[in-house]
Amino acid sequence: MPAKPIEIRTSPHLKRAMSVDRIMRSVVIALLPICAFSIYQFGLSALLLILTTTAVAMATEWLFARLSGQGNTLTDWSVVITGILLALTLPPGFPLWMAAVAAFVGVALGKALFGGLGFNVMNAALVGRAFVQAAFPVAITTWTPAFAPGRFTEVIPSTLTMPFMQPVPVADWIAGLQLDAWSGATPLALQKFQQIEPPVTEVFTGMIAGSAGETSALLILLCGLWLAFKRVLDWRIPVAVMAGAALTALPFWLLDSSANPSPGFVLFTGGLMLGAWFMASDLVGSPVTVSGMVIYGVFIGALTVIIRLFGGLVEGVMYAILLANAAAPLISSWTQPKVYGAVKQSRKVK
Amino acid sequence: MGLQSLFHRHPTFEHGIYPVEHKELTADKPIRRLSFAPELVIPLAQHKGAPAVPLVKVGQEVVRGEPIARAEGFVSVPMHAPATGIISAIERVPTAEGPKAPAIRLKVYEAASQQVLYDFERDLEVMTPDSIISAVQDAGLVGLGGAAFPSHVKMRPPEGRTIHTVIVNGCECEPYLTCDHRIMLEQTDALFRGIRLAMKATGAQRAIIGVEDNKLDAVAHLRKYLAGEAARDPSAASVITAQAVETKYPQGAEKMLISSLLGKEVPMGGLPADLGVAVYNVGTLAQMGDLLPKGRGLIERVVTVSGPAVEHPGNFMVPIGTPVRFLLEQVGLADDVGEVILGGPMMGMAVASLDVPVTKAVSGVVALRQEDPDLHQRKVYPCIKCGECLKACPISLNPSMLGELAQARQYPRMAEEFNLDQCFECGCCAYVCPSNIPLTQYFRIAKSINRDLANG
Repeated sequence: MPAKPIEIRTSPHLKRAMSVDRIMRSVVIALLPICAFSIYQFGLSALLLILTTTAVAMATEWLFARLSGQGNTLTDWSVVITGILLALTLPPGFPLWMAAVAAFVGVALGKALFGGLGFNVMNAALVGRAFVQAAFPVAITTWTPAFAPGRFTEVIPSTLTMPFMQPVPVADWIAGLQLDAWSGATPLALQKFQQIEPPVTEVFTGMIAGSAGETSALLILLCGLWLAFKRVLDWRIPVAVMAGAALTALPFWLLDSSANPSPGFVLFTGGLMLGAWFMASDLVGSPVTVSGMVIYGVFIGALTVIIRLFGGLVEGVMYAILLANAAAPLISSWTQPKVYGAVKQSRKVK
Repeated sequence: MGLQSLFHRHPTFEHGIYPVEHKELTADKPIRRLSFAPELVIPLAQHKGAPAVPLVKVGQEVVRGEPIARAEGFVSVPMHAPATGIISAIERVPTAEGPKAPAIRLKVYEAASQQVLYDFERDLEVMTPDSIISAVQDAGLVGLGGAAFPSHVKMRPPEGRTIHTVIVNGCECEPYLTCDHRIMLEQTDALFRGIRLAMKATGAQRAIIGVEDNKLDAVAHLRKYLAGEAARDPSAASVITAQAVETKYPQGAEKMLISSLLGKEVPMGGLPADLGVAVYNVGTLAQMGDLLPKGRGLIERVVTVSGPAVEHPGNFMVPIGTPVRFLLEQVGLADDVGEVILGGPMMGMAVASLDVPVTKAVSGVVALRQEDPDLHQRKVYPCIKCGECLKACPISLNPSMLGELAQARQYPRMAEEFNLDQCFECGCCAYVCPSNIPLTQYFRIAKSINRDLANG
């Protein structure tokens, strides 16, 4: 017989072994292979970029949590995702001090100001990226070649720009690498401005220039599928994003395949894969209802393609997700589930 | 799980959860009896409706099966002496629900044979629906699945409704519990007698026994029994069927089982009778089939005693009023017991004291160990809007929104705009919530505050 007084709790007395920190840790684990590929492709600069944004994001979170008396919120791991994701969306040679600014702004403005995890409206990593996109338009569109020789021993010159200084131009450095066929453009820019479409297989596997962690659609897809399989993210969102993007691109491509990208190209280039699997699927910023998730995903996919085709920017995933994040609460309230046994929707008059 | 439900053969309802079942602990343990406790405690309000009124005085001797309290009105049932002995007190006692409630204390005569002497034979063939209904009330029968709603009340549908189908609930969706499983296997004769009585009383033309597909042996057993009956009397064939449904919590909830078997939803605020359906638990019908022909009252029930802190788990025929402490002493309770739950772990109630009695509603006693991870205090995070609770809620409510409103103390709005009153506290939302928000508890509090507000 019990020596200690027995405890009482209210039902349910069982609990599924899934918690916020476990979900977030799984996402971090799923991002690690993408980080590894990024470092393999772009070398030391990519590693420094990832470390910088993650460290600054964590420091910012710690500071604001302390200021607001929330205690230590680093243990929920969500800010680690923000830091890593931010690095993966930046050009590999992005100056570290600018990356630090992006991480600080993303976490401070995008998350802490709203009240921290669960209360932020938009994806914090993308808020940070949007800020530096506006603040440093040149640096954020300066691309360096993948698989540059000596990438593991030396950094891209722009990486170590002094704080508050403009980065040194990397054109001379790239010329010094003596690569053949380096146009200095990402596949998206090539397609948009020169109507040159690199082969889909090449962009799918990621043997191309681009942001630090957005190049290999295949790897991102695999890591995302693992998370969906583990039921950490809802597969409906990434699938809806991809379907929305492909279906929006299809008619334009059929009309004029020389000027417009193919649906496959749209899917596997730029940030679409990373955005679909790791940012659009962000639990906090997406609708809570199942039908809402589908609407939200299709909206992101379609908007991305529209921005890419008709906007001044080559890439549209970031703004598409930020806009959809803002619309998510509205989508949720439009798509409230039909309650069991509801005969008809009767509006109560107060 | 996703793939499993995609290819699932057996009908089911939308949403719900798949907790670990733990039924292997007791599923193959036949129903056994234990010795009588030295004292039984029989609360007068073991059922929904008006409490029973004592018929006995302190110091009076009673024989096993004798009525000791009468029903107070139509929505009420009488109580019968669960053992031969002497009434030692009529007083307020601690109950599992919390507040003390009036009860009859009965000192059991150790030397008594404990035969049920208080009975008479009844000819079921000549019984009319009305006489069945009053006999069911006289037997003190209530829903033994845990609801404890007087069984005879459901036999008389509201004005303008007719019952065409009796649904027999053999789902037993709560983890650990196996008493209904054993009843289907061991008390098959009584169960079918009960089903026929319920059909006759309600005027139903057919009955469907719904059983979760983790008990396919019971489905096969029931079908074999029915086939044997049909071979003897072809006219009785196909009136009663046994149907497997998906093993998913809360399949055994009345509304869920109706959806699974009939593909129809009970209208909001309505009753199963609105669909022409009456739902009975297999345990209730087996008792009905056993008690009515003998003219006896409900004095015992099958209880699953299980859980990691129980040394010899099993299914037991337990006299009503047996203190939980006595029951657990018989089966052996570990020293490091952390929580004792009456009913199943999803909807059951943890008891503050082991001195509370087993009542008509108690289908199981589950004892968990202190180190059980389910008992550990978990860190509560803010809602991350993952939507898992919406995918789990069998009623398709929005627990995420309801939880936020509860935190903002907007209780009336929860009921007015988000259908709080439809929640039957199955616990699915709290079970899946990765932020460990005690949603079910919030909703219980909100409902009780709304009730207080409505009553001024």
